[in-house]
Amino acid sequence: MDRVAESGRMTTRNPISPAAPAVSGPSRSESAPIDWDLARKAGGVRALNQWLHHDASRDGASTIRVLNPDGQHHIAAGLNAPLHVEIAGHAGYFVAGMNQQAEVVVQGNVGWSVAENMMSGIVRVKGCASECAGASGHGGLLVIEEDASSRCGISLKGLDIVVGGSVGHMSAFMAQAGTLVVCGDAAHGLGDSLYEAVIYVRGTIHGLGTDAREEPLGPTDIEKLTSLLGRAGFDYEPRTFKRIGSARSLYHWHIDSSDAY
Amino acid sequence: MSEFLSLEESAGFDRHVLAYIHQAAESGLYDIRGLGAKRRVPSFDDLVFLTASISRYPLEGYREKCVTKTVLGTRFAKRPIEIEIPITIAGMSFGALSANVKEALGTAATQCGTSTTTGDGGMTPEERKSSKTLIYQCLPSRYGFNPDDLRKADAIEMVIGQGAKPGGGGMLLGQKVSSRVAAMRTLPEGIDQRSACRHPDWTGPDDLAIKLEELREITDWQVPIFVKLGATRVRDDVKLAVKSGADVIVLDGMQGGTAATQQVFIEHAGIPTLAALPLAVQALDEMNVLGEVQLIISGGIRSGADVAKALALGADAVSIGQGVLMALGCNRPDYQMADGPHDARANYQALGTAPGYCHHCHTGRCPVGITTQDPVLEQRLSPAEGARRLRNYLNVLTMELATLARACGKSNVHHLEREDLVALTVEAAAMARVPLAGTSWIPGQK
Repeated sequence: MDRVAESGRMTTRNPISPAAPAVSGPSRSESAPIDWDLARKAGGVRALNQWLHHDASRDGASTIRVLNPDGQHHIAAGLNAPLHVEIAGHAGYFVAGMNQQAEVVVQGNVGWSVAENMMSGIVRVKGCASECAGASGHGGLLVIEEDASSRCGISLKGLDIVVGGSVGHMSAFMAQAGTLVVCGDAAHGLGDSLYEAVIYVRGTIHGLGTDAREEPLGPTDIEKLTSLLGRAGFDYEPRTFKRIGSARSLYHWHIDSSDAY
Repeated sequence: MSEFLSLEESAGFDRHVLAYIHQAAESGLYDIRGLGAKRRVPSFDDLVFLTASISRYPLEGYREKCVTKTVLGTRFAKRPIEIEIPITIAGMSFGALSANVKEALGTAATQCGTSTTTGDGGMTPEERKSSKTLIYQCLPSRYGFNPDDLRKADAIEMVIGQGAKPGGGGMLLGQKVSSRVAAMRTLPEGIDQRSACRHPDWTGPDDLAIKLEELREITDWQVPIFVKLGATRVRDDVKLAVKSGADVIVLDGMQGGTAATQQVFIEHAGIPTLAALPLAVQALDEMNVLGEVQLIISGGIRSGADVAKALALGADAVSIGQGVLMALGCNRPDYQMADGPHDARANYQALGTAPGYCHHCHTGRCPVGITTQDPVLEQRLSPAEGARRLRNYLNVLTMELATLARACGKSNVHHLEREDLVALTVEAAAMARVPLAGTSWIPGQK
């Protein structure tokens, strides 16, 4: 399971073959998907986003396929409607940023900060995610089916993240609320300066950050893991995960804590 | 026994330094406090105007029109901000300030036709309702930051740093973290809340450009994006902010205030506002975006004279924080209630200070009810009374600004120029890049 390279980047493919993705997000109508080809349509990502923000629902679109994303940034950023957006390829930075209500599926890898500050809905990345996945997310579910790079779940504020593979260093740094589930390994500095967020790791933890500690797995943890793994489409046994929480020793600044930094 | 006491004080180890060393040795703690730098640094006080005489033609005070209208965010936004005066209210958080104060700021700003700004912790309904023009800050902590409020904003301010603590992040001490503040920040009540010094989802100028574009995408390119910098490597940072796509640069000099940070930051990090402003103007000029990217300067702006000097040196507007709080009653010996004034000196004394010296914003025990979340103390400043005071202050600043502009022969305050100023000290002349009074000498220039 040790798939964390020296640089903190993920180098091997996740062997996990998840079950069919659960669709427990926004309701989806049976209308035919609408294709938006970024290579052919004028206006690029900006035109796409403005249509998604203002006109997609009016035009009766509930399922949209974005073709030829070619790693472009900001695709499907700022959605606030129960749309199903499928991105047919790799996407760049900030894909599905600040998402509300929508279900966004990326059929590839994503750049930095996928679903940053997400509020609700579901964002699913079929491949790997670069740094800061789900940064500062407030709610909803983010699924990375393969690996996520460093600082996954940084500054988390209520979002639930499930990573099918491993996460890079300093993941869940200063995470305040929400959950990070890691089915693979976690690189060093996991959960540094953690607040009330909870981390679950199935594989090897290469080092906890300051004030993070392993805690007993209780019935509520099992219940939560069962739910999140099911929604994410993974069938791992919840009891094989370790729980990481905050020791809360940094909640009030004290001179004796200065050695921790 | 000697007849005379030997009382020769050391310049390097004076009583202030001795007190600092003794306290550090006794407690093992460093000082955390509010407000801004207290040390003397070159400032706008060191400049004076060369008002009109024979060689320049003045406008009639109290009679001839002098325009103060200011437009911000014309570079990329579909809806630039138009304000009636070039004086804006700086970002200050609900948490550091009470909800009453935030409401007062919005009300006064609206009455004066200018903008106010949110702070760490997000946007309160009170300030949105009371503010016609509200700037929404995107801070590293992202406390309370959400797309619904983002779409309600009239502009977005990406905060990279602030003058009181550039590079330092922040800390809201637990005594100010009420249940409402805690809920807005998604953290437990009563804990010390660390505000991060770096943003969680981008690093460096290339990422910043992509981040700003994301915010534009989410808001459909409607509203301007400001980038706020603490004044350190000003020329480089301004250029990088412009390259990243900023509509407006907000530059905060070292005299800028804070609700709480380490004293070592307040007094020893960043450069004076007077030195920072010409560097920013130079950077904009070198990038050929003067007039296209607007510049707001802040950090120790107190009077209409300061505003006028800032505009003459090239700023499009100023932003005020501490002066605004003082207009509300900060450091006054009394506070105003429905039944008249009440003496607050005992409350200052309980904090170990006195009116005129207080910088205890971090304690949450503000004697005049401004920097507090205490339900009793915050009643000491009503939104209506706060708005009345602040409106008066902003009006005085605007009148002083226009008075100086007219006397310089300007029918628009934005026509004030560097040529209207001279410096009283060599340091100020060098920093402001204006001649030393009585000479044509600008230190550092041939």
